[in-house]
Amino acid sequence: MTDTSPSLLPTAAPIRRGARSVGRILLGFSGVAALALAWDLAIRFGGRTLLPSPAQVAAAIFELTRQGFLVRHVVASLFRVTWGFLLAVLLGVPLGIWLGWNRRARAAAAPLLELLRPISPLAWIPIAILWLGVGDASAIFIIFLGALFPITLAAMNAVAKVPEIYFNAGRNFGLTRTDLVRRVIYPATVPQLLVGLRLALGIAWLVVVAAEMIAVNSGLGFLIIDARNAGNRYDLVVAGMVLIGTIGLALDAAIRRLERSRAVRWGFAAPASPAPRRPRLAPAR
Amino acid sequence: MKAAPAPAPGRVKVEIRGLAMTFGGDGRDVRVLEDIDLDVGDGELVCVLGPSGCGKSTLLNIVGGFLAPTAGAVRIDGEEVRGPDPRRIFVFQERGVFPWLTVEGNIGFGLSKLPPGQRAERIAHYVRLVGLTGFERAYPQELSGGMKQRVEVARALAVNPDVLYLDEPFGALDSITRLVMRAELLRIWEAEKKTILFVTHDIEESVQLADRVVVLSARPGRVQRIVTIDLPHPRDLSSRRYLELRDSIFEEIGLAHKI
Repeated sequence: MTDTSPSLLPTAAPIRRGARSVGRILLGFSGVAALALAWDLAIRFGGRTLLPSPAQVAAAIFELTRQGFLVRHVVASLFRVTWGFLLAVLLGVPLGIWLGWNRRARAAAAPLLELLRPISPLAWIPIAILWLGVGDASAIFIIFLGALFPITLAAMNAVAKVPEIYFNAGRNFGLTRTDLVRRVIYPATVPQLLVGLRLALGIAWLVVVAAEMIAVNSGLGFLIIDARNAGNRYDLVVAGMVLIGTIGLALDAAIRRLERSRAVRWGFAAPASPAPRRPRLAPAR
Repeated sequence: MKAAPAPAPGRVKVEIRGLAMTFGGDGRDVRVLEDIDLDVGDGELVCVLGPSGCGKSTLLNIVGGFLAPTAGAVRIDGEEVRGPDPRRIFVFQERGVFPWLTVEGNIGFGLSKLPPGQRAERIAHYVRLVGLTGFERAYPQELSGGMKQRVEVARALAVNPDVLYLDEPFGALDSITRLVMRAELLRIWEAEKKTILFVTHDIEESVQLADRVVVLSARPGRVQRIVTIDLPHPRDLSSRRYLELRDSIFEEIGLAHKI
């Protein structure tokens, strides 16, 4: 049924790409608008105790902005995510490349990685607090752990899949081992690495909220738990959720933009001449 | 019976002696090459021709230093080959082009030790030589198969190697582009005076290009015959001598030249 399922890849007609992408963004907004509308109607006709209305949440966001809390909480969360994520990249990318390159190291480390990976980063919270105390360091450590495994595994698998022909071409031009890593292996793995980074950034953003509910007293996670504890301000709770979602979306879009840059697009685009779609000769049975 | 080393015109560049290759796997050894003796002269264009699976690619990979032979040795300028070397560049099919670099970046890949000005000059020269002017900033995925192949040839030539190894370089191209690329290769070969070892399974291709055609037998590959193509370039593909030579190779491989 390959010919009937919608393709995830953009189809032909690149001429109208501008118009198409505007259309796609509008379509994306329509989904958000539909949810907001359904939410509003549910509140109007279904009783007010379940949730604050969209208008109340909007008012709460406005209030947060006016008081300066919004920027403070967002900056606090982004600060932790940035550090945790950055440290995970700095350790995970070289580590993953090395493991992908060195078969023996990979054989030694792979079970360990697979053992640690399924442990939720949140399970580390008590240990993080024990080691690093209550505060930013704990939150950053937890984010770091959450992001480290997907990044390391993505780098490791990407290197293992670099076609031998690139290694051979690099060696033929007399590259040293260091240069081979820097000029062939690393660039050859960037597309897959970006996929890992996107996954890891999503996890980091998930984890920061949970870490802030426990280990610190600022940030969007703290906002949510504090609004509930200090007077059941559910409008602020949902406002926090909306902000988390919006920023998560923006971070994801930022990495997707990187994926479209010309130097890495080869790793994502459809092959230059895709196989022609098979015409349907007979009705499917 | 062991064939005598084939004579090469002029000074010998590549010397292959008693070469054998056996791949071991699952307890069954596969003999791929046996008793290969071959000399390639300096500046000579030699085609290695044989059916699929006869070991001709393996032979080229050994000569290129990517594989170590089971027995025998390859010497270039009297020095034994122990690994790949930038003085001798291997041209893969267009798959060897680095997709993360532009045309310029690919062609300049082996020139990182040159000062920037010289490097840019050298790149510009080879961009022109292979006819890719205007595509310097393009990425490989934006190019056709033939253009990618030119990028790879230019990348190889840019480091000024003495020897080029081409492993069925035009096999993935359509037949028209393939003819154009053969003419380009000959033009470049005449301009740059490289020694070329060219592996192909295409009989016509070998007779059009080579000074000598080395016919390998089916596996395990041995040198079955060496045919000297005594025709000057440009070759007339309907001349009697061309057809004679071509047909003799068809016969050698055991194909009646009829469909």
